[in-house]
Amino acid sequence: MLNRLLSHDLPRSRWLSLALIVIVVGLAAAPFLFPGAKALSVAAKMLVFILLVASFDLLLGYTGIVSFAHTMFFGIGAYGVAIASTRLGPGFAAVLLGTALALGVSLLLSLLIGLFSLRVKAIFYAMITLAVATAFQTLASQLSDFTGGEDGLTFKNPAVLSPAFEPFEQPLLGVTIDGRIATYYLLFVAVLVMFLALLRIVNSPFGRVLQAIRENDFRAEAIGFRTVVYRTWSNVISAAFATLAGALLALWLRYVGPDTTLSFEIMLDILLIVVIGGMGTMYGAIVGAALFMLAQNYLQDLLKLGAVALEGVPVLSQLFSPDRWLLWLGVLFVLSVYHFPSGVVGRLRARTQARVAQESRR
Amino acid sequence: MKSTTLASAADAAAAVPKAQFDWKPLALLAAVMLLAVPAIGSGSTWLTLTVAGLAMGFIVFVIASGLTLVFGLMDVLNFGHGVFIALGAFVATTVMGGMAGFSAQGGWQSLLVVFGAMLAAMVVAGALGWAFERVIVRPVYGLHLKQILITMGGMIVGEEIIKVIWGPLQIALPLPEILRGSYLIGDAAIEKYRLLASAIGAVVFVALVWTLSRTKIGLLIRAGVQDREMVESLGYRIRRLFVGVFVAGSALAGLGGVMWGLYQQNVSPQIGGQVTVLLFIVIIIGGLGSTLGCFVGALAVGLVANYTGFLAPKVALFSNIALMVAVLLWRPQGLYPVTNR
Amino acid sequence: MTHNLLELRGVHTHIGAYHILHGVDLAVPDGQVTMLLGRNGAGKTTTLRTIMGLWPASKGELRFRGRRLNETATPDIAAGGIAYVPESMGIFTDLTVKENIVLAARSARHEDELDRARLDWIFGLFPALKKFWLFPAGKLSGGQKQMLAVARAICEPRALILIDEPSKGLAPSIIQNLISAFRELKSQQTTILLVEQNFNMARALGDTVAVMDNGRVVHAGAMAELAVDEGLQQRLLGLSLGAHQ
Repeated sequence: MLNRLLSHDLPRSRWLSLALIVIVVGLAAAPFLFPGAKALSVAAKMLVFILLVASFDLLLGYTGIVSFAHTMFFGIGAYGVAIASTRLGPGFAAVLLGTALALGVSLLLSLLIGLFSLRVKAIFYAMITLAVATAFQTLASQLSDFTGGEDGLTFKNPAVLSPAFEPFEQPLLGVTIDGRIATYYLLFVAVLVMFLALLRIVNSPFGRVLQAIRENDFRAEAIGFRTVVYRTWSNVISAAFATLAGALLALWLRYVGPDTTLSFEIMLDILLIVVIGGMGTMYGAIVGAALFMLAQNYLQDLLKLGAVALEGVPVLSQLFSPDRWLLWLGVLFVLSVYHFPSGVVGRLRARTQARVAQESRR
Repeated sequence: MKSTTLASAADAAAAVPKAQFDWKPLALLAAVMLLAVPAIGSGSTWLTLTVAGLAMGFIVFVIASGLTLVFGLMDVLNFGHGVFIALGAFVATTVMGGMAGFSAQGGWQSLLVVFGAMLAAMVVAGALGWAFERVIVRPVYGLHLKQILITMGGMIVGEEIIKVIWGPLQIALPLPEILRGSYLIGDAAIEKYRLLASAIGAVVFVALVWTLSRTKIGLLIRAGVQDREMVESLGYRIRRLFVGVFVAGSALAGLGGVMWGLYQQNVSPQIGGQVTVLLFIVIIIGGLGSTLGCFVGALAVGLVANYTGFLAPKVALFSNIALMVAVLLWRPQGLYPVTNR
Repeated sequence: MTHNLLELRGVHTHIGAYHILHGVDLAVPDGQVTMLLGRNGAGKTTTLRTIMGLWPASKGELRFRGRRLNETATPDIAAGGIAYVPESMGIFTDLTVKENIVLAARSARHEDELDRARLDWIFGLFPALKKFWLFPAGKLSGGQKQMLAVARAICEPRALILIDEPSKGLAPSIIQNLISAFRELKSQQTTILLVEQNFNMARALGDTVAVMDNGRVVHAGAMAELAVDEGLQQRLLGLSLGAHQ
């Protein structure tokens, strides 16, 4: 049954399975295991990033397309919910309408970009998506009447999801159940369902054609698959899931601004996660997002130790400054691209394969 | 390059036909400048804006020329090109800061310091370029996907290292006295520094074009851009040339960084990333691999940015993209497409 | 006994997953014109590219002047005295005819350093090149491009010239030009390995012949023998004497 749930795409590695179980259980029980606003925030962001990166993996890892427009769709989803909630007043009607409209816009844009740019070389496409995403970011901060400009939009969630909502008077397992918890579990369930859906998609015949195109698009075309059609579909599906991830983020933060979803830093984060986690594996998004979130929030503390040890040393101490955590992640990223193209997940799976091969030889 | 239709054998006997130079994009540039006159209204404002636009264009050209040449020759798109810009700019702050005493002594001394800073920036950026090519780029020749990712990673690491050395904050890069202020032509104020920047950019352009068209190395580069394999089959180790071109491109980016820093009068570690999109737009407009295209594209972008900044500021931010779309609709491969194998 | 300038023994070449050459044995005698014949897809172009190092040989030995060519980089192979005229001609279309030739002449840094006598000889063979000297090579006709491609290979003396199907799509008069050019080269002790589909041209020029099929050399010997043996021609190439291409 688990096999079917995961669309026959099993972790295929003991360590990976263990890691995944730990992460999923940790996220499932986060409000109870890690009390406190910061921990829950980290968990919620992790969920959003898992979905965001998994949808990007569909594009990069499975179809072999580098697109810098992913944050744009992320932002469209977030702004959709924010604008609807602001204009129509808080409530599920606004949320659903905003999400639906955002999906519509994303679908249209991804279709346009896909059809226009996919006929050109990969590098051209990457540059154009970068330009488009930058333009969109500028647009969002310029149309302040609509989007709240640089300051963004703050809005209220539907009643059930707002912090003030407390259905139980007594705390449950030591934690007061309120709208935040409800929102968290909405995110958890949504991300879980959508991740499994993505897993289903990449393991379907459609997904296999994508991989064939990634390997050798001439051959795929020669066999008879219209690569433009498949690539465009990959773009559209990926954009759709990114949009939904944006909507979820908006529900969590109850605030949207150009820097929460559209910034280039987020695009870099996505790239870092997908490469370090493992391109073309889907599970890489989960493992990578977990590693990244932990690094972002707790690596700095680790670096502080190093900085203290090197106190006084002119340049070296700066290398270990907690603000420079991105430096180390960047180094890891470069090493991963070249040496571990299949990331952490790939490495873990390779070890299992090696072990299995060794055992069968005896 | 376009030319007249091939003459028949009989006609050809009459004269030795030469290729006709493709003047249309240049005419377009001139047209943009001319159209701006009635739009802007005032002649003096037009002059000021045009000089500003050209200066910006020249600086962008200096930075982007290396990028387009590296792409044309080595088929490598360096998403991390911006790091050389930032490095050059920061090296300049150190040099000019360190020589502040000497510079304060007077006109030609401060100019010397400025040129010294530019030279230092080029040397350091070139050196980093050499290391970058060896460590980051060389392992991924021919693998476009990995190139994009790894050069971005290189930029992240580079930017962070800049922050380690110079700190994460903006640093001022003031112009020396002698370069401040403007010349007045009628009502128009022409900033002195902008003239210098344009002059430097023009020198770089002429030097590049001369090297490409008059030297054997230039010949190798132009041929290599078209058909690397054939150049090797003729007996040339073109891979050695790659490193040289990459280093030259990085050095130019460093120079551009200094020029840009002086233009803004401050530098920040994010300069590289901010300019990257602009660079891509310029080289797409010009045609990937074409130096002349890059030149025309950069000037066009500079002019349009300044004109729209004056005429319709809200639109100005999209002027680049709009220009790119317009050019691509006319010539999908850019203004001066390079025919590749 | 003429010695062999170029020797291939048991050469296999893989391109990705495709196994193209299945053990090629080829001997190119010094100072002669060797024709490499065979149907489309027999592996003739692959053989030339393997010699030039553009595709690495996965097995077997290649020797030029007795020295191993395997694992040598293409530029070094070319600099060792081998010129290559590919099927696609490899003309640099944005460069002028002059620039194409200057590039091919490794010892010349610009036009003035070209061997004047040799240049005049080339102009004699291919007058169009003189006419369009300053013209971008991309604007030449197909035949003129072919002439330029050959001119590049002969603008300096080379020990061995590899030529891949020069006569494809060319008018008979131009083919005559090529034949006289190759004959003159032969008189200068240049060794030529020529891939040709045009059997009449092959017959006119070739001293030695090697016929390929399915990635192997299935027949090697003197051209004179093959030229008179119609039956053999039929079997190897599917044509008979008198059939013009």
